[in-house]
Amino acid sequence: MLGGSLEGIKVIELAEGVSGPYCARLLSQMGAEVIKIEYPGRGDVSRSQGPFTDQFEDLDKSGAFLFANYNKKGITLDVTNPEGRAILLRLLQEADILIENQTSEFLKNASLRYEDLKQEFPSLIVTSISPYGRTGPYKDYQGSDLTSNAFSGLSFGTGHESREPLTTPLSQAGVLAGVGAAFATLMAVLSKSMTGVGQLVDVSESQVIGVLLTGYHLPTYIYRGVAGWRSGNRMRLGLFPNCVLPCKDGYICIDAPQMEQYQRFLDLLDDREWMENPRYRNRRAMSDEYPEEAESLIAPWFMQRTKEEILEICIENRIPCVPVKKFDEVMKDEQLIGRNFFEPIKEPDGQVFTHPGHPFRMSETPLDVKRPAPTLGQDNEDIFLGRLRLEADEFRRLQRDNVI
Amino acid sequence: MTNNLPLSNLRVIDFGTAWAAPMATQLLADYGAEVIKVETRTRLDGLRLGRPMIGEDLAGGDRGLWPELQPVFHGINRNKLSITVDMKTLEGIKIVKDLISQSDVVVNNYSPGVLDRLGLDYESLKEVKPDIILISMPAVGDVGPMKDVLAYAPIIQALSGLMSLVGYDEDEQLVGELQAPWSDVVAAVHASLAILSAVIYRNNTGRGQYVEVSQLEATTSMLGLGFLQTQIHGSSPVPTGNKDLYSPNNNYRCFGDDQWISISIQNDNQWSSFKKIVGNVDWIEDIKFSTNDYRIENIVELDQNISEWAGNMNRDELVESLQGLGVPSMAVMNIEDQFIDPHWQDREAYAEIEHPHVGIEWIYGMPWLLSETPGSVRTPAPSLGQHNEYIYHDLLGLDMDYIAHLIATEVIN
Repeated sequence: MLGGSLEGIKVIELAEGVSGPYCARLLSQMGAEVIKIEYPGRGDVSRSQGPFTDQFEDLDKSGAFLFANYNKKGITLDVTNPEGRAILLRLLQEADILIENQTSEFLKNASLRYEDLKQEFPSLIVTSISPYGRTGPYKDYQGSDLTSNAFSGLSFGTGHESREPLTTPLSQAGVLAGVGAAFATLMAVLSKSMTGVGQLVDVSESQVIGVLLTGYHLPTYIYRGVAGWRSGNRMRLGLFPNCVLPCKDGYICIDAPQMEQYQRFLDLLDDREWMENPRYRNRRAMSDEYPEEAESLIAPWFMQRTKEEILEICIENRIPCVPVKKFDEVMKDEQLIGRNFFEPIKEPDGQVFTHPGHPFRMSETPLDVKRPAPTLGQDNEDIFLGRLRLEADEFRRLQRDNVI
Repeated sequence: MTNNLPLSNLRVIDFGTAWAAPMATQLLADYGAEVIKVETRTRLDGLRLGRPMIGEDLAGGDRGLWPELQPVFHGINRNKLSITVDMKTLEGIKIVKDLISQSDVVVNNYSPGVLDRLGLDYESLKEVKPDIILISMPAVGDVGPMKDVLAYAPIIQALSGLMSLVGYDEDEQLVGELQAPWSDVVAAVHASLAILSAVIYRNNTGRGQYVEVSQLEATTSMLGLGFLQTQIHGSSPVPTGNKDLYSPNNNYRCFGDDQWISISIQNDNQWSSFKKIVGNVDWIEDIKFSTNDYRIENIVELDQNISEWAGNMNRDELVESLQGLGVPSMAVMNIEDQFIDPHWQDREAYAEIEHPHVGIEWIYGMPWLLSETPGSVRTPAPSLGQHNEYIYHDLLGLDMDYIAHLIATEVIN
């Protein structure tokens, strides 16, 4: 098999949780070597989060960790200790990229801010992912996935008008920040290949979403004076129908903006009486002024049918309407199964778990899964003794002192 | 490399329409790539169509000036060039192939099969440019039983599993919708990542490749935790609102119209600081809120207490005092809050640009900041066919008589 596109690129990951680890994992799947550094004893915070693949809360068996960290080598190192920091710097000598998502307080105390590293490592790319970014008035603020979604503008539009705004599930702000950080990091790699110079890649979790996803609301605000809305199960400021409705055995989602699509749907419903009523011909008004009334006209058709029946009819009639799939249904999806999307990964204890597969398919440099997520400190001997050539005595002393 | 734009040697042919593919090429154009948007006057990019938010009284509709007046199109297509060519003609296809022979990357989000019908499939493109990088962005895939499904962002989100978790509680009607095109953006960012990866490989080896970004697979790939939960628990995860592993973690109503604050307390230190801010109320020292486990157990009562307390507070002042003691919190912002916020301004999240038909307008800016090669918003979205002369005459070297013939026969339309 051909090597990945990033073969030969070396990444040091000093990150935990979602965003940084996910970014590093993507690079590793494209062929980069990733050495993940974790705090001795407890490791990445997601090791404690579960759900656990065992009945015990084993740091090596947390689902939150397994997903974001496969393919990597793992070592333990306390970089807040001067000896530990010195070892990190030795690793950085050989590295192209440092990925971190630490708090600004941590980076300052450990002297690991970009400005602390730049002089000694002018060709190093430092990808720094944080809730708000490393510049600006809120750079030192504390955050979480909830606050990133809130600040990004995505939460404001999710949920019911009268209720609290909802965050996105499964830490999607962090995951998307990780994908965006991977793109921005490769931009720095390309730049470095021309100039030899590294740089700081400053990725704010909330800004990735706030710019790319909710930034498009800007015209609605500027030209219509509408600053934001929650609209529950329906998309507002569009064309009816664009909503999520219950059916016989779950939910469906319909989004049929083109007139021909909507007409084909009306043909299925075949209710002449309301279809000829002028009130139900203005699809903008149906979407924004009386959506509940409009939905009540189509809801019975869905309630009489199952998800599978609806999918079959709508595909046949070329109407954009599909079941809202639960996760077990996605895992059985014929489209995804038929394309071998899902990827079984065998854990060190022999258990096999199915992960979603590669986000995209490359004909010459296919993305790859070589190994499961590392157990805590799994590659300590290889890296410290083999690569950095520490003396065995020193290695043991550093272990004893909890530096490694 | 000019002006610190690392992609200034990259030429990209963009057949994209609507959202996903045009945003992928915009992310490249921001860093200097010459992105040439290929349109046909009889089949415009969908985002150019419809009644525009600005200047809709200007005559002409979809066949007149409306295609130039769409502010959402302006954001996603800034920094690009535009040519018009009728790809249903043999001459049109020949011109497009000539252009591709001088390009590095070709991007499309056509339905499966369209590129083949146009004779622009990967094998044909390799004949005119052996190291070409071709990106397709089908809704669910080039092949597969559902390849022809008609899909917009909510449809993809429904199929991915993501939508099944957007809601307050298992027992309430599902919310599902995000009021934003999540899976389009997800596909765009993944496609731009794949393109850079392919460019790096080509630069190192001289080999191009074919990249397929299924919008469904990109969206689903981000949900690994949900699939592990399903396998470990033996059942699919269900919506749980804003609940997380720690508490309090929620958006609470503040004083004013639809004003909300998010507060997210992840450890005991933060809880102690939070107690200082809340001050002297009877519930705060209650034993049933004294540890994270207790707070999770009594979450309904805790959230109710915090809601009552926050309901009289000014949102922004509260964020300031909570963050002053290191408590993770933030205003739940809408686009107006963001537009006037000093942090968003400082990080240039929105950009001002002069558009020939609209004048000064604001569009979204840079999603991430690179210290040496920051990229930029430089030119407004192109008018339809604005760069025909540059591309056909200056770049492809067609003489003006021939161009006049192409215009007269509506090959260039």
